[in-house]
Amino acid sequence: MMTTPSLVPLPYRVVARRDDTADTATIALEPVGTALPPFAPGQFAMVYAFGVGDVPLSVCGIDGNRLTHSVRAVGAISGALRALRPGATVGVRGPFGTDWGLPGAAGSDLLVVAGGIGLAPLRPLVLAALAAPGRYGRLNVLVGAREPRELLYPAELTAWNAAARVLTTVDRADDRWQGDVGVVTTLLDRAVFEPRTTTAFVCGPEPMIRATADDLVQRGVEPERIRVSLERTMHCGTGHCGHCQLGPLLLCRDGPVVSWTRARPLLLVREL
Amino acid sequence: MTTAASGFLAALAPAHRARLLGLAREVSFPAGVRLFEEDGAADRFWIVRSGSVALDIHVPGRRGAVVETLGEGELLGWSWLFEPYRWHLGAQVRSALLAAEFDAPRVRAACADDPAFGLAITHGAARVIARRLKATRTRLLDLYGPPDTGAAR
Repeated sequence: MMTTPSLVPLPYRVVARRDDTADTATIALEPVGTALPPFAPGQFAMVYAFGVGDVPLSVCGIDGNRLTHSVRAVGAISGALRALRPGATVGVRGPFGTDWGLPGAAGSDLLVVAGGIGLAPLRPLVLAALAAPGRYGRLNVLVGAREPRELLYPAELTAWNAAARVLTTVDRADDRWQGDVGVVTTLLDRAVFEPRTTTAFVCGPEPMIRATADDLVQRGVEPERIRVSLERTMHCGTGHCGHCQLGPLLLCRDGPVVSWTRARPLLLVREL
Repeated sequence: MTTAASGFLAALAPAHRARLLGLAREVSFPAGVRLFEEDGAADRFWIVRSGSVALDIHVPGRRGAVVETLGEGELLGWSWLFEPYRWHLGAQVRSALLAAEFDAPRVRAACADDPAFGLAITHGAARVIARRLKATRTRLLDLYGPPDTGAAR
């Protein structure tokens, strides 16, 4: 269900913080006063570091009015957000964009494929699926990372494995890594799902999304049942500024989650 | 399920699959066993039933670097099919391995005797090679590394 987003930044306070990797931290935010409308898994917020600027951050956790974001430092704004400590205040707008549409996948096998920081927006989907045993078919969570030390939420991945099939792979192993090495698509061979009745949720770098979605289509998953989250430079969150345009889509409004049916032709056009 | 449909054997026609399996013997290896070394004679190959194998490459002065892991249904070894029949990588059993093992000269002889069978095996191996080449190229992009530009998630 779509809610009307707040276009005015509301003050939120950092109430918890955890370093995930060398460049990524997870921060939990709670409203100082009025709370934003509820977020759905897959949607994003515009988070403003006062005096620096705002960036889109997907929610990786939704617990009442508490929002959790994993933020990777890739520039000045995300660097400032990653460095925040408990007690700091930020401005938050949202919720923006489309969600994963998990309830519509009831009865089908679920296939979650994440690459790198792409696991963050998929985390609330996994948690929602795990919280509703019996509503969905088999749950597979396939995760790829550059190195073992860059895997997000390793303890949670282990915990999820009790009720889901969780497989991880890295591009570069270290001496202690005993798991798989290779691209995340190689894990599809060991996922357990019936392609004709599977809904897939894919998030990560675009080439990884393309490779995964094309592989799934080859295996018989309907393109309409493959949902991908696309990343562009989002700014206004309302489809007005046009920074996030991808062909006919304004991804802050029409995305970030779209079906592979819509995304594939757009991702193959150069200079779109 | 997707496991059988994506395996090397599943890509073969039933008659060719049966013929290939007629040349197999079941083997098992505990974790830690070195199956072959780089530049060694590629006189055998395997199709993994269960367990996993790490493919590695020798780096002078350092421990061998694992470049890929193979699991259920996958073809372990293709260097046996093309001259000079020497392994390109090393292989070590990572978790207890159950596999169908093939004697490479026997399979090559069977391929030579029956061109249709030989084409099927060659085509199947080529698909595996193409897939691994594509995966390797994707990894060369260092996709999960810090992006040059763009918004944070």
